[in-house]
Amino acid sequence: MPEIQNFTMNFGPQHPAAHGVLRLVLEMDGEVITKADPHIGLLHRATEKLAESKPYNQSIGYMDRLDYVSMMCNEHAYVMAIEKLLGIEPPIRAQYIRVMFDELTRITNHLLWLGAHGLDIGAMTVFLYCFREREDIMDMYEAVSGARMHATYYRPGGVYRDLPECMPQYQKSRFRSKGDIRRMNQARQGSLLDFIEDFTRRFPQCVDEYEVLLTDNRIWKQRTVGIGVVTPERALQLGFSGPMLRGSGIEWDLRKKQPYAVYEQMDFDIPVGMNGDCYDRYLVRIEEMRQSNHIVRQCINWLRKNPGPVSLEDHKVTPPRREQMKSDMESLIHHFKYMTEGYGVPAGEVYAAIEHPKGEFGIYMISDGANKPFRVKIRAAGFAHLAALDEMVRGHMLADLVAIIGTQDIVFGEVDR
Amino acid sequence: MSAVTDKLAGYVEARFSDTLKRVPSSMDQLTYEVSAAGLREVCRSLRDLEPLHFEQLMDVCGVDYLGYGEADWQTEDATRTGFSRGVDRHLPQARERTQRRFAVVYHLLSIRHNQRLRLRAFCADEPPMLDSVADIWASANWFEREVFDLYGILFNGHPDLRRILTDYGFTGHPFRKDFPLSGNVEVRYDPEKKRVVYEPVSIAPRVLVPRVIRHDPRYEEAFKEAPKNA
Repeated sequence: MPEIQNFTMNFGPQHPAAHGVLRLVLEMDGEVITKADPHIGLLHRATEKLAESKPYNQSIGYMDRLDYVSMMCNEHAYVMAIEKLLGIEPPIRAQYIRVMFDELTRITNHLLWLGAHGLDIGAMTVFLYCFREREDIMDMYEAVSGARMHATYYRPGGVYRDLPECMPQYQKSRFRSKGDIRRMNQARQGSLLDFIEDFTRRFPQCVDEYEVLLTDNRIWKQRTVGIGVVTPERALQLGFSGPMLRGSGIEWDLRKKQPYAVYEQMDFDIPVGMNGDCYDRYLVRIEEMRQSNHIVRQCINWLRKNPGPVSLEDHKVTPPRREQMKSDMESLIHHFKYMTEGYGVPAGEVYAAIEHPKGEFGIYMISDGANKPFRVKIRAAGFAHLAALDEMVRGHMLADLVAIIGTQDIVFGEVDR
Repeated sequence: MSAVTDKLAGYVEARFSDTLKRVPSSMDQLTYEVSAAGLREVCRSLRDLEPLHFEQLMDVCGVDYLGYGEADWQTEDATRTGFSRGVDRHLPQARERTQRRFAVVYHLLSIRHNQRLRLRAFCADEPPMLDSVADIWASANWFEREVFDLYGILFNGHPDLRRILTDYGFTGHPFRKDFPLSGNVEVRYDPEKKRVVYEPVSIAPRVLVPRVIRHDPRYEEAFKEAPKNA
């Protein structure tokens, strides 16, 4: 009788279901996983160390590249930390713009998650649907910041600029008919706010479309119901946050419980799961998209009625306008000091956390009074979630591992930092 | 300081008067310093005692206080002498005694009472070592592995203290302040040896923007309150 041994298997880092560069060393008993050991760090870029060697503002762009599917939310936590240390508060219009873009970002994040999660489990169509809507949000990013993904739009003291009055339009090309171009440009005739409003009007039906494909789908339910169950007690122990925590039935959302920016003025609900399995987390995220859409609409209404400054006029922390800089000596000096040396931040330490699409994203910042941070620690939600992967997959089949990685909404930019 | 924070501070200071030391801050955030010896007991109480109930450990962060408050340019004299045009690259040198160099910061969150608390523990000895809290909060497992990897702080009683973020076979602890930003080795593919080789870095380290500390009168209050570490 030969000795029977467990089988050790390598999963990733170039596996399409590994969501980036996750390497897993799996111990298998037949097709059942007995232990999973994630090897991470393949995308480690030492963002925190780089931030220590740069003036504060030069690291905002690095924040986009952490969780590269919810760019502006990362920026929000970072600029909030600086603002708290400086003791400044951005103008109210800037805060509404931030909330609006945070929620649009939440929608794009959940769209990418839904598309990729569906694709992992075999639902190809959802992916195509999700990317159709995601494209519109990328266009909003581009209109407001010039970049489709890595916006660097939030700045300490406000946002980079006000919402533009016109949307970029498609140009005629030999690959598209005139009718097509007219149709594609139809929503882009007015300002950015008009375009976003048109999107929020269309979007609830789009979510219905995804739900028609998945929510009562027998295969989808077979793959997600009862998979990766996490009890509320374990979810707390494991440091879960965001949809992972709410999927386990704990009503906790920083936007409601520790409101920042103007979330206090917003009307929205927190969806909560019952069983803590992959299916509940799916339902939670779907409902979050609808709630985000609702918040965006409220922001649009407010922004239409209330024009005003979007950045502080304190030129020690925000740059003067370019026209001023060209004509006024004082502004030129401010501009020069701001762009070369940056600004000093009073000594102290702060932890600024936001409700990121993936969970609690926090920046812990220590300043010693210099123009560069002494230490920046990024608290990424995905890191704590991935740490619990071993516990979540034990006793499941290999195919369920893919569903569980999908439900965790892992992005390696933020796990590895 | 909000009422909730005040109430929490009052309770914590009464209950842990001998083990926890409040770090002053102008922010509405509580920071306490705990001795390395008392860490585990304090953590357990913070998790279990009713008016505290910090059931979540959100983050563990290593800090290397080497070079805290030191600037590349001395702005005080510069008005009289002017600046030199460049900065000589020098890494902060490790002092003789490493006491009060490495600290670990814990961020706790109580969902039941909606409150946060920050704990800081300095490691005393060489090699820097602290007790692990991985059996108190399961989330500490990977966070402590990360601190070990990046700062070389050892966690006594940790179930599986391996490197986590750096490469297989990496030497050194990259987030220490005396570790150069560009690293010590670089890799390239050697077509003759037909394998990837490690070589000492070829780029000269340089500072693009010097580190400056200016005494800004607007922040005098904050300067006074700032913790005097290092």
